Amino acid sequence: MSDTGDLLHVVTNDDISPGRQAFGKAIVWASLALLAATALVQTLDRTGALPIGLSNWRPTLYAYVLFSICLCWSQVLIRGEQGKRVLFVLPAALFVISLVVFPLIFGMMIAFSNWNLSSPDGRQFNGLDNVRQMWSDPFYWNALGNMVWYLLAIIVEYAIAFGLALLLNAQIRARKFFRVAFLLPLMLSPVAVSWMVGKSMLEVRFGPIANLARFLGWEDPSFFSSPELARATIMVLDAWTYIPFMMIMILAGLQAIPKDVQEAARVDGASAWRGFWEVTFPLMLPVSITAILIRIIFKLKLADIIINLTSGGPGGATDSVTSFIYREYRDRSNVGYGTLLAMVYLVLIIIFMTILMKLADRWMRPKY
Amino acid sequence: MTDQIFHDHPNDRPARLGWYASRVAIYGMLLLWAAICLFPIYWTITTSFKAAPDVMKGTLIPWVDFTPKWLGWKSLGLSPDTIGSESTVRQEFMVRFMNSTVISLTSSAAAVILGSLAAYGLSRFSYKFLWMRNPDISFFFLSQLILPPVVLALPFLVLYKELALLDTRIGLILLYTLSVLPIVIWIMRDQFAGIPHELEEAALVDGLSIWGAFLTIVLPIALPGMVAAFILSLVLTWNEYFFAALLTSTHANTLPVMVASQTGSQGISWWSMAALSFAAIIPLIIIGVLLERYIIKGMAAGAVK
Repeated sequence: MSDTGDLLHVVTNDDISPGRQAFGKAIVWASLALLAATALVQTLDRTGALPIGLSNWRPTLYAYVLFSICLCWSQVLIRGEQGKRVLFVLPAALFVISLVVFPLIFGMMIAFSNWNLSSPDGRQFNGLDNVRQMWSDPFYWNALGNMVWYLLAIIVEYAIAFGLALLLNAQIRARKFFRVAFLLPLMLSPVAVSWMVGKSMLEVRFGPIANLARFLGWEDPSFFSSPELARATIMVLDAWTYIPFMMIMILAGLQAIPKDVQEAARVDGASAWRGFWEVTFPLMLPVSITAILIRIIFKLKLADIIINLTSGGPGGATDSVTSFIYREYRDRSNVGYGTLLAMVYLVLIIIFMTILMKLADRWMRPKY
Repeated sequence: MTDQIFHDHPNDRPARLGWYASRVAIYGMLLLWAAICLFPIYWTITTSFKAAPDVMKGTLIPWVDFTPKWLGWKSLGLSPDTIGSESTVRQEFMVRFMNSTVISLTSSAAAVILGSLAAYGLSRFSYKFLWMRNPDISFFFLSQLILPPVVLALPFLVLYKELALLDTRIGLILLYTLSVLPIVIWIMRDQFAGIPHELEEAALVDGLSIWGAFLTIVLPIALPGMVAAFILSLVLTWNEYFFAALLTSTHANTLPVMVASQTGSQGISWWSMAALSFAAIIPLIIIGVLLERYIIKGMAAGAVK
């Protein structure tokens, strides 16, 4: 697939009258002016210069929606056939920009302020105070450290997922049953999982897993007592839900490998073990890297299980960054500090993912 | 009985044995993992029919270890003897259920529509916006995947408060659409790239417009991919908890929030928790069993190029 140049060429004789073009431009500017005017009036209202008594910013929102519609419409009016092509991408782009870019810019502003939502003072700009607070906040660094552990667990998840995919790819009966069964954990909501598995099955007194552990000779199977154990338990629960995800991707990759490659290796006298490591595994490298990258992205958002199961305890040992910020907001309802932490996290993620993608690119190249 | 004339060479017999051994190992591992996957679901179902002593004893098999009772479902108002009567818990459950249904269906549909259009445009035409060309625009959409929800959560909390969108369905729908949009675009880009553009060229020659060709020729072909993207979005949005917990309080709560909020108050009534959890996951289990092939198709789409 080439990324540049039209794949579909259309020759149209668009004769767009100047009147239509002017109308197109007019509605854009008119709706933009309306948006600006509404925003201005609302700002004046909010600052008390022009009291109308609007309770919320909905009018500005409606004006913005109107502006977006006019912008899309005007593309067709002004540019004809070319405009209709723009219409494929423009709605999605406008949607993402308005829901991501604006809140991010807004978030930048909040990040450097002290804003307690429950206090009547409102937002107070406090410069770099939040940064200083973050610098000396052991729990935040601890949460970041935990994320490293959680990310390392992906290696084990990947190994298990690869093994399962190999099993499913083997000559077996009832393949559909096993595929559905293996897929089901992904369907379950993390909240329900943390209840069903985390709270009830791991319950010290009667949970079946605790009973099993006792049967195997573990005196006091409490899974959340020590920090390491609690973290490992969270890892296992999260792995349980997401292993199917990696497994399916790897399975798809395995099925895309032609059978004769393996047969050729066998004819050449390779054992099954060498056949896997020197033929299948290298061929699977691109798929594996994609699967791991996506898994990392999902892992960085890990929160639901932790919030519901341990709420970070014992002593912050299981905190992920997301669950920590969630608790930080729930306990102190300070949006400013939480937003700064989230922003720092975002920057770290972007740096980390960029390095990772560059590395992945380099690894994948020489194999071909 | 005549003697068998042809025998396997003695060297081959151990291999046959090895073959059986590997069969046993493969099925053993498959069954073990199937048990690991299915047992929690089984445990939830059975627990919802247990009474307190049964739960405390950790019984496993209904009718053998314990007699099933409708205790858990009664507390939800969904057991046979309470289903006819008024029940506030059931009403609350139904409200949450409807919230979850409406929100996940609407946001998935919106994401599939927006995402398919964008993916189709990006796979067929070249765009230029400021310095951004097609690969940059694609990257812009896909890069939303790495944006963790926390980063948007607090700004959205404040923005929604100002816009009076807190605790409304539409607020959650907007956010969920945003969060699944990159995945939809990823899947659909793959789908459209696999459809030869000669098809549309033929349609254009026959006098269809670009949108006409898209709607009448391309969409029917890409439909399985769209279904896959829709189902995958449905799973993600149905299970979403973080935004729902932050941005809703009384009106627009979804099921995961209701499940999570049962923690405190009067100890833990395991049976009703189990019933509630099970009621929350059963729609997706049904979808998973019936539409498994679409889910796999959706997840596999991006993996193999």
